[in-house]
Amino acid sequence: MIRPHDSVIVHTLARVFTPIIQLFALYVLVHGHHSPGGGFQAGTLFAASVILSILAFGIQGSQTALERRAIILGGIGILLYAGIGLLPLILGEEFLNYGELPIPGMEASARRHWGILGIEIGVAIAVAATAVSIFYSLSGRGEGEGKYYG
Amino acid sequence: MADILLYRPHFVAFIILFLLGMYIMVVNPNLVKKLIGMYLMQTSIILFFIILAVKKDSTIPILLDSATALPPEAYANPLPHVLMLTAIVVGVSTLGVSLAMVIALYRQYNTLEEDEILGKMK
Amino acid sequence: MTLFDDYLLLLLAVVMALGAVFVRDLLSGVLILAAYSFFLALLWAGLGAVDVAFTEAVVGAGLSTVFFLVALFLTSHQEKVRKQLRVRIIALGSLGCLGFLLLFGSVDLPVVGDPESLPSKHVSSHYLRKSLEETDTPNVVTAVLADYRGFDTLGEATVIFTAGVACWMLLRRKDDSST
Repeated sequence: MIRPHDSVIVHTLARVFTPIIQLFALYVLVHGHHSPGGGFQAGTLFAASVILSILAFGIQGSQTALERRAIILGGIGILLYAGIGLLPLILGEEFLNYGELPIPGMEASARRHWGILGIEIGVAIAVAATAVSIFYSLSGRGEGEGKYYG
Repeated sequence: MADILLYRPHFVAFIILFLLGMYIMVVNPNLVKKLIGMYLMQTSIILFFIILAVKKDSTIPILLDSATALPPEAYANPLPHVLMLTAIVVGVSTLGVSLAMVIALYRQYNTLEEDEILGKMK
Repeated sequence: MTLFDDYLLLLLAVVMALGAVFVRDLLSGVLILAAYSFFLALLWAGLGAVDVAFTEAVVGAGLSTVFFLVALFLTSHQEKVRKQLRVRIIALGSLGCLGFLLLFGSVDLPVVGDPESLPSKHVSSHYLRKSLEETDTPNVVTAVLADYRGFDTLGEATVIFTAGVACWMLLRRKDDSST
């Protein structure tokens, strides 16, 4: 059970920093082609912004249905990755060969460029959702009555 | 053997970190200390692979545009970097699952010491 | 990076690691481990591995420290003092022999920084030469991770998803109404 922090400084700073961190995560994801970055770093930065808001405002304040089912978003990320990989297989080429994606009007190297961007987005969604889900289950999700498994 | 210490301090540091992690995992009965030892072992292996990928007077493996193409000897070797990215992420997943197991054990037996848990299990 | 910078950062990393394992309070140990991760990330950025340094700083020093702290928050964070002289002497002896063997074996490894060493030939030089014209991506590490070795990355993403599911399954409650 994580109670909300009772200092006004922490509240204000968390409110200011959370969108800045998310914007930086988006930047790192899209610039993975030209600078160090990519899917894993961006997903973890996004998860860090969510964890910051949980730590500052308490777990009661952000208990929407999405956060209890965050692991489902992780599965959607993996399905996005595997789906982009399966498209060439359906069309007759090899698995994960982005040069044969059905995007019109581009040569093979540009199609690979967009294929790489697509799977980096999938990986970022999967890593962000899984990190938030692990944090959520490690933090107890509210102590109370009720027996535990295991 | 003296030139190893002088010209290759990286290997000595890797061996010290790896064996320190292994020593703590073997000797210390506290579960979280064992996990700290596991984390030390994982990061020391990553250090070892990065050392193998260094080239003298080289730059980072991000290519400049093809007008100023440099030969492959001017860039650091990117293949161990890729493998170590995977290793870091898999390491943190393993850490998450191990911490979940530690919390589940604590809920059941109310202690983090390995021999007390073994005693209560009998 | 000159050898002096390498020496300094390696020494700092080893000192941090020694501090993290020999401190009795677990909370302090975990925070010293975060400092160790940051020093390692600095070292790798200096050695030219910028992507790995970025990932270690975010995932290693950030996420794993948060997981450790949250787990310690739910359990206790004091460690019991105990005497185990016989186990320690046996462990020190055998690990010392192992260390000596590893040091002896490291003589055969290539010199640090050799551009003609075997790991830098064959496939790696092909990736460095052809990455821009085949995939339109200047960052070779991203191109290799997502295109040339994309299957491994699919496996890695599946591993992290499986870890999330395993954590959820280990720590749920019987009267939990979500899914």
